Amino acid sequence: MMILSSIDPVLLLASLMVASTPILLAALGELVVERAGVLNLGVEGMMITGAICGFAMAVNTGSPLVGFIAAAAGGAVLALLFALLTQFALANQVASGLALTLFGLGLSSLLGQGYVGIKPPPTARLDLPILSDLPLVGRVLFSHDLMVYFALALVALVWALLKYTRAGLILRAVGENHEAAHALGYKVVRIRILAILFGGACAGLGGAYLSLVRVPQWTEGMTSGAGWIALALVVFASWKAGRVLLGAWLFGGVSVLQLNLQAAGLAIPVEYLSMSPYLITILVLVIMSADKSRAPASLGRIFHASQ
Amino acid sequence: MKLTHLLTSAALALGLASAAVAQDKTKVGFIYVGPIGDGGWTYEHDKGRLAVEAHFGDAVETVYQESVPEGADAERAITQMALQGADLIFTTSFGFMEPTLAVAEKFPDVKFEHATGYKTLPNVSTYSARFYEGRAVQGHIAGKMTKSNIVGYIASYPIPEVIRGINSAYIHAKKVNPDVEFKIIWAYTWFDPAKEADAATALIEQGADVILQHTDSTAPQAAAEKAGNVVTFGQASDMSEYAPFPRVSSIIDNWAPYYIARTQAVMDGTWESTQTWDGIGPGMVGIGEISDAVPAEVKEEALALKAAMADGSYHPFSGPLNKQDGSVWLAEGAVADDGTLLGMDFYVEGLTGEIPN
Amino acid sequence: MLKLEKRPQPSRLWTWVTPILAVVITMLAGGALFAALGQDPVEAISTIFWQPLFGEFAFYYRPQLLIKGAPLVLIAIGLSLGFRAGIWNIGAEGQYIVGALAGAGVGLAFYPTESWVIFPLMVLAGAIGGWVWGTIPALLKLKFGTNEILVSLMLVYVAEQLLAAMALGLMKNPEGRGFPGSRNFRQYESAHNAELITGTGMHWGVVAAMIAVILAYVLLSRHILGYHIRLAGQAPKAARFAGVRSARLILFCLGTSGALAGLAGMFEVSGPAGQVSIDFNVGYGFTAIIVAFLGRLHPLGILLAGTLLALTYIGGELAQSNMGLPAAAIQLFQGMLLFFLLAVDVLTNFRVRLSRPEVA
Repeated sequence: MMILSSIDPVLLLASLMVASTPILLAALGELVVERAGVLNLGVEGMMITGAICGFAMAVNTGSPLVGFIAAAAGGAVLALLFALLTQFALANQVASGLALTLFGLGLSSLLGQGYVGIKPPPTARLDLPILSDLPLVGRVLFSHDLMVYFALALVALVWALLKYTRAGLILRAVGENHEAAHALGYKVVRIRILAILFGGACAGLGGAYLSLVRVPQWTEGMTSGAGWIALALVVFASWKAGRVLLGAWLFGGVSVLQLNLQAAGLAIPVEYLSMSPYLITILVLVIMSADKSRAPASLGRIFHASQ
Repeated sequence: MKLTHLLTSAALALGLASAAVAQDKTKVGFIYVGPIGDGGWTYEHDKGRLAVEAHFGDAVETVYQESVPEGADAERAITQMALQGADLIFTTSFGFMEPTLAVAEKFPDVKFEHATGYKTLPNVSTYSARFYEGRAVQGHIAGKMTKSNIVGYIASYPIPEVIRGINSAYIHAKKVNPDVEFKIIWAYTWFDPAKEADAATALIEQGADVILQHTDSTAPQAAAEKAGNVVTFGQASDMSEYAPFPRVSSIIDNWAPYYIARTQAVMDGTWESTQTWDGIGPGMVGIGEISDAVPAEVKEEALALKAAMADGSYHPFSGPLNKQDGSVWLAEGAVADDGTLLGMDFYVEGLTGEIPN
Repeated sequence: MLKLEKRPQPSRLWTWVTPILAVVITMLAGGALFAALGQDPVEAISTIFWQPLFGEFAFYYRPQLLIKGAPLVLIAIGLSLGFRAGIWNIGAEGQYIVGALAGAGVGLAFYPTESWVIFPLMVLAGAIGGWVWGTIPALLKLKFGTNEILVSLMLVYVAEQLLAAMALGLMKNPEGRGFPGSRNFRQYESAHNAELITGTGMHWGVVAAMIAVILAYVLLSRHILGYHIRLAGQAPKAARFAGVRSARLILFCLGTSGALAGLAGMFEVSGPAGQVSIDFNVGYGFTAIIVAFLGRLHPLGILLAGTLLALTYIGGELAQSNMGLPAAAIQLFQGMLLFFLLAVDVLTNFRVRLSRPEVA
């Protein structure tokens, strides 16, 4: 235990908040998409497209805010391709999502060719006068950049939207049983497209958080699998917004903790520790099977009104 | 089996011959493991390629293929270049060793250069850089600059190349600061900006005020900049966008002189299979400008150290040196031989923790 | 307004026309992309599609098509069985890795003994490794009702970490100077999946892919199990009445696709790839999903789709090194090809009709 004393839990939690933000944003978007009954495996592609769009715009305009908006737009545009394929051309969602990732990775490195080795404009850290100086809580909770709070607010928003609003109810209805929703007069395709666009925008924001804040730089393939983790996260969270936050902290936490234990001089089997979140996710799936909270019933199924 | 083998060889040779006749320029190929936009390892190799183009102008044509996976795809990519009439092919990652040898056996007239490997053939040379010389300079500056006496080290994989760097940096930090302590994180990646940022942050949070990195992205630089009073060094490329602080110096891979020399040798017909391991002296390892954030006398010492290694009067691994377990490695006056260095799998005395395997 | 009307039966004509249409559209769009990058579009397209097949060095590239295409076809055939029955295994990448590890592990355990039994044992181990990894989601689905898409996907990440652990630890070459990666199977004759006839690219993995295509074809068109698979996918309720036991079907489909993916991994690691290294898996398991769909889940279609994709890989590499096209442009081009192939598929199953707005 002597070794562990060099790890400061307060700082650990603070960096966990930052480390979990990209996957949190992307997973929230995907959660809404999946709640609408659509499985978009192209998160990685949308994230990295967001990362370069946000980076390029932030560098060119000098404003990180414009960058983030561009990132959301970039992610959404890519998502639109997926929407066209799956909602109009009725293509298989799994294959379309995988194709989207391939496409996004190629597109982003093409777009990013002039942006290697450039520093983006800094994203301001939000220092709240009194709150930031609070012991413990101040450092963990109140000394981050705006996007961290935005992501947290988005968790609350998505949660409330799904749980308490009519729009949320309709979205869930579409995801659970699209034929019934259609029979009730809801525009299944339109709702799904909106959800897909929202998912793309969120993934784009998550990517831009990597390229503008957490890393910050542009390099090809810089998301290195974050989009896939976001997908796992949605499952881990059993399609609940609050649990996505918990999951993001767990997934982010395992990687941050792993590095901290190493820095503290502890010999740990890195690969086996890195496996654990995924094994836990499978375990959660098994446990959940006894629970009511299952996957949306129409997840991944193609809807055509004439059926 | 025999007949078809002969036929294939003949076909390959024929293809080669026809390609060779068709051109009078010297064609130089490059196989990269990453994208040329990685800002680190591959980026620097590509700068070497561009230097070859600039140096020889129209006399030379260069081709390259980026993001080549190690394994079957690499063998095809290398064969493809040989078929297209390349006279000289640089394969720039350790993982290309076996594919390079396999292709080289089929194309005896094409010259191959494999970076960081250890197997050669009459038409395959190896080349690598003594980066540990640069690490010695970094270690010296790190030992002088740290106030917390904790130096963080982001390592990639536990391979001899990386272990050499850690040892060299530690020996020279310890020399100028007996209280210095190294905290090492194995990132198990050459390149994962997010993970590198997290690793740097973890080290900083645990008291490190100097970060050395053996991974290629600038993410640790940014993390240090955010934290404030943390010193960093550029890796692979200069990373001067973070100068003068936190980046106070850097190790730069400079392949250009070697690539130009080898291309010239092929043009002159003097190319021979060699095993090159060059350091600061021949210019393969560059030390990026030491910024003004470093006190003048430290900078002077560092430059003196660099000069001593360049002219060969000083070897970073000079006795007396003990291994981590206290056993004697090098006696007073002894200097490490290249064989031991190439296979280095131990820490020197004073480093804590174990090398994972 | 344009309206889609479902065809009572998928159109035979369009089944054949759509892939060609997609390739043509991709050539046009890709040509525009290459032109925008300042390259001659005709040269770029012909480099990708023509050079590997009929160019000066086709004698080298044609066999390479087999090497690149075989794992894709082998995996996709297995996946297609499940996809037809509505059982979604998207974790082939993980099964591929575990199969490779199991096969390589057996081979390495025997080193340096030379014997003819070693390679067959490796093949068996590879199939079993993949089968185990594929059966986990099947058992969890049967026992707990978990979604196999998600479980199989999670197991990919677990397998990737396992691969890293093996390449850096247990399977690391003791004579490799500390570098990660196992011994090279090329230097171990009994365990080497060598070319059967030199210069043809034909190795055991290619043979296995061919056999898989034939067996899948026979299974689907002649065998009762194939009938059950098709029935379960098209009319789940009718299938139950017809006495299809879904538990058996799930175990069969996931297990078989896992075993085939495992075989593909084993043949790759002991042959073309040559050794277990940290990232020897280059995404065949995911690409094969696309191949399965492009091939319309039909064995012959998969064979063609796998070959087409292999062609774009090899032609794409050629375009990179000959014309200096960035790798990203090729990736984008492949993405486009997939998009268009998926998009035009709608014409096979639906008719496009011009409809007047209905009067309320």
